[in-house]
Amino acid sequence: MKPLTGHIKADGTPLTLAEYEQLGGYQALRKALRMSPQEVTTEVKNSNLKGRGGAGFNTGMKWSFVPMDDPSAEKYLICNADEMEPGTFKDRWLLEGNPHQLLEGMLIAAYAIQASEGYVFLRYAYKTAAKGIRVALAEAERAGYLGSNILGSGFSLRMHLHTGVGRYMCGEETALLNSLEGKRATPRAKPPFPQVSGLFGKPTIVNNVETFSCVPHIISNGAAWFQSLSKNPQDGGTKIYGVSGKVNRPGAWELPMGITLRELIEEHAGGMRSGYRFRGALPGGASTDFLVEEHLDVPMDYGSVAAAGSRLGTGTVVVLDDRTCPVGFVHNLEHFFAQESCGWCTPCREGLPWTEKILRALENGEGRENDLDLLAMHAQALGPGKTFCALAPGAMEPLQSALNYFRKDFEQHIHEKKCPYGHTLH
Amino acid sequence: MLSEVEIEEINQELAGVPVKEAAGIEALKIIQRHRGWVSDESLRDVAAYLQMAPEELDSVATFYNLIFRQPVGRHIILLCDSISCWVMGYEQLSSQLRQKLGIGFGQTTADGCFTLLPNPCLGTCDHAPALMIDNDLYRDVSPEMLDEILGKYK
Ligand SMILES: Cc1cc2nc3c(=O)[nH]c(=O)nc-3n(C[C@H](O)[C@H](O)[C@H](O)COP(=O)(O)O)c2cc1C
Ligand code: SF4
Ligand code: FES
Repeated sequence: MKPLTGHIKADGTPLTLAEYEQLGGYQALRKALRMSPQEVTTEVKNSNLKGRGGAGFNTGMKWSFVPMDDPSAEKYLICNADEMEPGTFKDRWLLEGNPHQLLEGMLIAAYAIQASEGYVFLRYAYKTAAKGIRVALAEAERAGYLGSNILGSGFSLRMHLHTGVGRYMCGEETALLNSLEGKRATPRAKPPFPQVSGLFGKPTIVNNVETFSCVPHIISNGAAWFQSLSKNPQDGGTKIYGVSGKVNRPGAWELPMGITLRELIEEHAGGMRSGYRFRGALPGGASTDFLVEEHLDVPMDYGSVAAAGSRLGTGTVVVLDDRTCPVGFVHNLEHFFAQESCGWCTPCREGLPWTEKILRALENGEGRENDLDLLAMHAQALGPGKTFCALAPGAMEPLQSALNYFRKDFEQHIHEKKCPYGHTLH
Repeated sequence: MLSEVEIEEINQELAGVPVKEAAGIEALKIIQRHRGWVSDESLRDVAAYLQMAPEELDSVATFYNLIFRQPVGRHIILLCDSISCWVMGYEQLSSQLRQKLGIGFGQTTADGCFTLLPNPCLGTCDHAPALMIDNDLYRDVSPEMLDEILGKYK
């Protein structure tokens, strides 16, 4: 079953409102408007839908933290469509192919928390999606799904599209709020959490594109049905997985949550290209720890990937093959993180460029004996709890696991005074 | 000086926000859409209009990768330099592209046609390597395809 993507056209062009309605679109909204906001939140909580933006927090639980005692209080609902995690290309599919599904999910969520304003925060590069969303917003407004007194329910919501100007940190949810307020995208201290004090100091919910796209299906078919889509009822639903790298058929697929890494790579991605062997993979984007051959049978759900020492993250796998230098691979990642660090806190601002420099020296045969200790020291000093936001700890995940699994490669670079793969960085 | 059209567009943004500085990024985008980039003078004018210190607005402008505080060419090339593209041939593509254009990253060709910038993951990693020129996305790009792609913009 592919509730999220099954209807997306092969050419990826957006479903029009008429097409979406014909498939039962906006029936979930009608149903939700007949429920109480509390009932909607409870249904989503019971479905075990976990946030698809990377952190995997229970979505209904998150909504339940919004104070609901003052019905007239202004609240905001935001879709995080910044998708800039290297190796991640799942939200693009949903944004381009089925914008109404996203809007319907956002409408239902807005009703659940009684928000009056909604934003889609879309990254700069997604030009096609921007066009499709603008059309969908206009269609939905004309049809009475958006605006005042939606479908005669008394509930009103205005929705805006905000296109970003490029910075990975815009995806961090409190930095996103600062960016929407016209500021630099630096994160905010938590608490207070955005659910209580978010955009312009008002209660705010931020969820990922894929998260919202699940919501209409949960409301239409119920929490139990959503759980049954998954191989592991703890983590309800299907998941959009992706694979990139030297495999035969790179791509993205909507599959039951919890299929194994092996199925994903061997069946769906068609296995490794001839002449290449699997060495390892980042299971969910640039900021997740490597998994290696011994982990191929790990189910790709939140709990199982965590038990294997990594994170499901965004569920888009980047494969490392045996002809690509792991040191060069990690250098590329740390170059990205160093560039995108917002500079707000010292360990990250100073530590990431240092890390990048050491990796560059190693790759170019200029590594020194104590470099690996220095890298390990960074993995500690920039780890969880040591920095203001999760960017730096995320950056350390592929590094620390590479030092662990590919240590021989690192050492070889130092002892042979060159990259054994014949690679150099300029 | 801000043009009438620019002022009107900025006013529309101001209507939707509770404090003026919240329209800052949108205002910079408006200026860039009309003028290609944001000069010191444009920045001061926008800041004055939003009743902000120019330094404060500049701290916002320079934070974001795609607000241009220097003149750029007629077309912007964003070449993905992130991990999946790197694995799939970014380095060769990048050196060919720089050679063909005769410029490095951050530079503009002498005829003012192209500015070349590296860009993090373009979100199309299953079709790596990838690049964008203005609003157009090119996927599975090989060095051999570059002449034809660039030719469309000359
Ligand atoms: C540096 C950084 C970048 C992030 N980028 C994104 C992003 O592009 N999209 C996204 O949905 N979440 C991103 N996140 C996670 C968000 O902070 C937040 O957890 C998420 O949007 C919540 O939505 P969810 O519960 O539906 O996953 C990022 C986090 C960090 C630390
Ligand atoms: S960890 Fe890095 S990105 Fe996060 S606040 Fe600190 S400097 Fe900014
Ligand atoms: S890494 Fe280049 S498009 Fe994602």
